[in-house]
Amino acid sequence: MFDQTLAKTIFGRLSWESFPIHEPILLVTFAVVVLLGLGILAAVTKYKLWGYLWTEWFTTVDHKKIGIMYMILGIIMLLRGFADAVMMRLQQAIAFGANEGYLNAHHYDQIFTAHGTIMIFFVAIPLVVGLINYVMPLQIGARDVAFPFLNNFSFWLTAAGAILVMISLFVGEFSRAGWLNYVPVANLQNSPDTGPDYYLWALQIAGVGTTLSAINMVATILKMRAPGMTMMKMPVFVWTALCSNVLAIAIFPVLTGAFALLMLDRYLGMNFFTNDLGGNPMMYWNLVWIWGHPEVYVLVLPVFGIYSEITSTFSGKRLFGYSSMVYATVVITILSYLVWLHHFFTMGSGASVNSFFGIATMVISIPTGAKIFNWLFTMYRGNIRYELPMMWVVAFMLTFVVGGMTGVLLAVPPADFVLHNSLFLVAHFHNVIIGGVVFGLFAGMTYWFPKAFGFKLDPFWGKVSFWGWVVGYWLAWTPIYVVGLMGTTRRVRHFDDPSLQPWFVLAAIGALIIGVGIVAFVIQIAVSIKNRDKLRDTTGDPWDGRTLEWATSSPPPNYNFAFTPVVHDLDAWYDMKDRAAQRPTAGFQPIHMPRNTGMGVILSGLAMVMGFAMVWYIWWLAIVSFVALVAFSIAHTFNYDRDYYIAADVVTDTEDQRSRLLAEKA
Amino acid sequence: MSAHDTPHDDHPHDDGHSHGTRRGYLIGFALSAVLTALPFWLVMSGAIANAQTTAAIVVALAFIQIVVHTIFFLHINTKSEGGWTLMALIFTIVIVAIVISGSLWIMFHLNSNMMMPMNPASAPPAP
Repeated sequence: MFDQTLAKTIFGRLSWESFPIHEPILLVTFAVVVLLGLGILAAVTKYKLWGYLWTEWFTTVDHKKIGIMYMILGIIMLLRGFADAVMMRLQQAIAFGANEGYLNAHHYDQIFTAHGTIMIFFVAIPLVVGLINYVMPLQIGARDVAFPFLNNFSFWLTAAGAILVMISLFVGEFSRAGWLNYVPVANLQNSPDTGPDYYLWALQIAGVGTTLSAINMVATILKMRAPGMTMMKMPVFVWTALCSNVLAIAIFPVLTGAFALLMLDRYLGMNFFTNDLGGNPMMYWNLVWIWGHPEVYVLVLPVFGIYSEITSTFSGKRLFGYSSMVYATVVITILSYLVWLHHFFTMGSGASVNSFFGIATMVISIPTGAKIFNWLFTMYRGNIRYELPMMWVVAFMLTFVVGGMTGVLLAVPPADFVLHNSLFLVAHFHNVIIGGVVFGLFAGMTYWFPKAFGFKLDPFWGKVSFWGWVVGYWLAWTPIYVVGLMGTTRRVRHFDDPSLQPWFVLAAIGALIIGVGIVAFVIQIAVSIKNRDKLRDTTGDPWDGRTLEWATSSPPPNYNFAFTPVVHDLDAWYDMKDRAAQRPTAGFQPIHMPRNTGMGVILSGLAMVMGFAMVWYIWWLAIVSFVALVAFSIAHTFNYDRDYYIAADVVTDTEDQRSRLLAEKA
Repeated sequence: MSAHDTPHDDHPHDDGHSHGTRRGYLIGFALSAVLTALPFWLVMSGAIANAQTTAAIVVALAFIQIVVHTIFFLHINTKSEGGWTLMALIFTIVIVAIVISGSLWIMFHLNSNMMMPMNPASAPPAP
């Protein structure tokens, strides 16, 4: 008895039962992860890399390294999210009639929840934020972001959230309430387990990171542009990054608020979203979709920017309709706030409300369509080079337009009453997210990889990856469109109608082909590293680029530009090349830079421990970590050793080395 | 990254912020004091017989008070930070207005359409 009370005080509700010893799939995964993890840790220790990792990467405030860390986080989580996807596809391909498949309902529900949560919050957001982090400061000619420490802190908060989700795989359960943790399923009485708590804490911690990062990026764009770069001379990617981050600042507090209310429900017995005592689950849907719809544009706007940069570069032309592109982006930013109800037309708001939001949704497709025409007209009579980034752009345009059209279809409220919660909807949003966001991220990664590492990615494996993704996408999702149109609902583990099975088998094959694309991407990176000397680019401008990031070396020195460039025109670097502007080779001055700090790692680690403690009701640990969190935050404000100077001769050495490389090339 | 030459500059924030003048603060203070005293006086003296009118006037004065604070204490005007602070404020107001009025509109409709009494005895008779 006493032992039990003591154990409860120390470990909360965590016990041996919390570990999935009875789930063979999880046990095997767990064993593999532990072995791999130990292997990596051993390798890092053996090659004495801890010090290097800590000083050069974990504590860095350099926006370029933080951007790369975001990309690594996103790619690792992509593998996890894709594993979930394959499990679902296999289950749905075999679970017909008497065959129950290999996943029980309890497990299956956790998988689709984890898949959605991970793919949006820990794949799409880190990859988009990572690219913005890396590229945007270079494009505006800045030395770093406005708040370098905050940038490091934001990354580690996102990573802490991701780690918390990963822990839920092996310790306890994850939520079974869908990727937005819907009430009433996520209410305490329906999900008394740790699932929704893991979800809430992971996303609250990561959400703070995303909000801080958005504030940082907006401040950077508004305050740190190179002289001469007026708003209408900013590259389109910077514009889209600005609008995306402004959106993020405005919406993430709503999500944080909704989650906080649900936490109060779950921890303190309040009744905001319960079914009785005056609570209203519909309000939760309303709030999460006020966040949810603009979030789609938070992800897709920067990707539109990537497409714009690539189309213009690989067509060898200035972007067609630059100002219309900017206005379309701004219009989408505002309109995206006026459409959230289309996610719950069927909840019963009635004709007037539904028609307003239906029309608003259709209106938003107009600026998006304008962008497609702008890209097409940029290509028109351009000198198009079909290299890998441009191939992604074309695949995007063909794929995304279909997704846009099914979206407009779903925006018609009477049609939505038929299609709501069907697999048609699931196919639609995978169409726009894979065909829009993911293709764009791959385009962006291929495009900017040589900038980040100084060598191009291997084109053969890149093409394998490209065709894997494109063919796989169409084979995986066309059948889902079909069965969805026939009325199959989403989040279903087992089907009775055997006539649907061929479609799901096709979809599973499609998922495996996407798998080929993902594996080829990983191989591509490995092969490229191996052949880096052959793929090396010493010019810093491998694609004949047009914007400022190509003006510096690849990879750029940690100060980015020895002298802050002066901008005279849109496509500033093209303008410089056009006027044969000479690179300054003398007269360098000391450069003022921010100093690395480990505080981001410490604070985020504490936040993660606190989240874990709260999930398991380990109150003492939660209190200790919270107090430590506050104490370390205050202590950090007394750290005045935050900056240093790169001496002028170091800058001269770096720049001379680049001059030599350029001369060798010429 | 700033233009300053020494790392420990005494005025790290001297980059175009307007910190207001003594005159501005005094005007703001006087306006705020009046705008605060007026509602108290209205309620305590009962100068207006109708309670609802009184409440409406109090809310209106509160809104004016918000404007006074933003202008005189937060220094939001068309010039500071090249107009970005004003832009941010307007954007925030638009978004908050959309979120609040939209939610009220939606929840009002959901409430009247969907929140039927659970007890069948108290349900309205079928038409």
